[in-house]
Amino acid sequence: MGDTPLSRRTFLSAAGAAGIAGLAAPLLSACGTSGPAGRGKGGGKNLQVWVLQDEGQNPIQQAAIDDFNKSSATKLKLVPTASSGSSGYTDKLRIGMGSPNPPDLIFNWGTGSIVDYAKGGLLVDLDSQLASDATWKNSFLPSVLDAGKADGKYYGIPMRGMQPVLVFYNKTMFAEHGQKPPATYDDLLGLVTYFNSKKIQPFALGHVDAWPNLMWLEYLVERIGGPSVFQDILAGKPGAWGNPAVLDSLRRIQDLVDRRAFGTNFASVNYVNDGAGLLFAKGRAAMHLMGTWEYSNQVDKHPDFAKKDLSFAPFPTVSGGKGDANSVVGNPTNYFSISSKSADVAAATAFLKKEMAGPMYVDKLIKAGDVPAVSGLESRLSDSPNPEFAKYVYQMVQKAPSFTLSWDQALPHQFTDPLHSNLQKVFLKKMTPEQFVQAMGAVK
Amino acid sequence: MTAAGSADRAARPGALWIVPAALFFGVFAGVPLVLTAVLSFTSWNGLGTPAFNGLDNWSRVLSDDAVWESLRISLVFMVLCWLVQTPLALLLGVWAAGRELNRAVLSSIFFLPLLMSTAAIAISWRVLLDPNFGLAATIGPYIGFPDGNIVGSQHGAVAAVVIVIAWQFVPFHTLLYQGAARQIPQMLYDAALIDGASRVRQFWHITLPQLRHTIVTSSVLMLVGSLTYFETILIVTNGGPGSATMVLPQRMYLSAFQSFQMGYASVIALVLAALGTALSLLIVRFSGFAKMRSTLEGI
Repeated sequence: MGDTPLSRRTFLSAAGAAGIAGLAAPLLSACGTSGPAGRGKGGGKNLQVWVLQDEGQNPIQQAAIDDFNKSSATKLKLVPTASSGSSGYTDKLRIGMGSPNPPDLIFNWGTGSIVDYAKGGLLVDLDSQLASDATWKNSFLPSVLDAGKADGKYYGIPMRGMQPVLVFYNKTMFAEHGQKPPATYDDLLGLVTYFNSKKIQPFALGHVDAWPNLMWLEYLVERIGGPSVFQDILAGKPGAWGNPAVLDSLRRIQDLVDRRAFGTNFASVNYVNDGAGLLFAKGRAAMHLMGTWEYSNQVDKHPDFAKKDLSFAPFPTVSGGKGDANSVVGNPTNYFSISSKSADVAAATAFLKKEMAGPMYVDKLIKAGDVPAVSGLESRLSDSPNPEFAKYVYQMVQKAPSFTLSWDQALPHQFTDPLHSNLQKVFLKKMTPEQFVQAMGAVK
Repeated sequence: MTAAGSADRAARPGALWIVPAALFFGVFAGVPLVLTAVLSFTSWNGLGTPAFNGLDNWSRVLSDDAVWESLRISLVFMVLCWLVQTPLALLLGVWAAGRELNRAVLSSIFFLPLLMSTAAIAISWRVLLDPNFGLAATIGPYIGFPDGNIVGSQHGAVAAVVIVIAWQFVPFHTLLYQGAARQIPQMLYDAALIDGASRVRQFWHITLPQLRHTIVTSSVLMLVGSLTYFETILIVTNGGPGSATMVLPQRMYLSAFQSFQMGYASVIALVLAALGTALSLLIVRFSGFAKMRSTLEGI
């Protein structure tokens, strides 16, 4: 009975260590996964295709794989990974890519999401393949193909719909009040004043999830300073964050907050749990700046609203701004990249060549409501469940001189959290535009 | 006591019996701990080989305001959670220890949150806290949040998280206190009754001292456990508004799995492990828990 403290102390430190075991466990598994290196029957190999779990998309991807497997000795296998937001998948991918047996074909968001892998030589450089096969290269919209470049080279082939950010608005409400969607930033300020005077929140905003705030900064910077401002930031040029266009945009954001453009309680509103979407659908907010997925989201959750009231417009121009009124920001699309450690790079490339712009895969995407980044689709988009919206998005991207990838997807990973939380602080007025610029410039 | 002690020693089983436990501890706690310590001196993004960079991560942590802010927030949560949960659990537990039917029925309702997963609880609360359509919109105006902006204000968010965590964990600690209170010999209360002691005095002078060890156990679990609160905060406030509820574990998670700076995250992990260990050792030492003095001496 006398000398138990020692064992208890050991127990207690075990309890403390359990906290970090959660961190280290994936590292252990990363060292240990050297499983069978996919060799199938009959000389062909087995390749793994890692994708995000998605009830709508997975069957379409499976159909493409089935079609390819019919005529190939090397067989592909779809491995969907469940995910909340994008984090579950990106974590798993990072560990898989660090292991001796990485996946062969990799679903990703382009640029920032693959730049570490590209620099580490873990992905197949597709520059020469695309250059030698002009038909293949031309089958994709150039702005979308380019937006996925990492480290200045092509590593990804567009594999699903395009998701630019739009101003969604309630057309019934606008008609009742005799208003038009904003063509210029001054129109937008006018609408903010007008709707506030009618006790309607001008814009819904899912502030809690952080990334919806970023759309405001991305579009304002694009309109005021043009695409080069963010290209400089992405290239890591000294002082790039301090560009006057960034400061001007941040000041305008704080001005919008002061004008109650997002109401007073936006700091409690989320996007992913239908907070902002519901506010918009219930007619309590007039507009919503969001990616194209907001359309399918509303069709899904509030079908009546989507059918009767939902309309869409481009982000307004800013007078004196250098940006092109047709430029867009958002998520160009998702991409497939090929692992350089794959047992059969040729088969993986052949799959992308045959299927990604192939008629069967593209048709299925269109029928599911996606607008694929494939050229010459105008006539085929009539098959979309929402042909009007699909054609609008398609033409919008087609005539866009530049398509800036969402900053949090484009920048290296260590920028994501500071970008999200510092911009939240700007919205909450706990940080000045100058402090934001300084904090982002200090991220290493 | 001495005789019993030596008899106990003589009957102690051989060292071999410790092997399974030692192996388990070694593989799941010891090795990861050592690996994490090694990683903390490297720069590693999860790919390729970690590169040693000496004390870089450690000096960066020391000068990183965000980490200090998170440490402060973690400590605030720890103190607030203890202050809110201990009195509630203690009173409820002692009350639930009674054998009356109404107490048994009500206690089993109180214990319901124990059956739910943390994520489910946090998601339900997030819906309740929506400022436009949730409960926050209805009751907000009565508690000083006219527009329901509870999780959007610094103090509101902290309070909301403390309440959600308390709602989830008070039942567990109530269970501990209920069990312990039932162990207190009835004769102590009978004697006090004869001496004319009131209910309140009985509570202060019998129940509380008799529950000493349970208070220490429950406090250690609460305080050390509160250092690892993570999923509740991630779901309810996502660390916001701004970074007002960004606790150290979430900072570690973001460094490791969003920024992919494994070395840096390892330093935060080690700080957390050291804090947790130090805290539990301190409580055990200064509460006299380690002396294992019986609460039944003299009976």
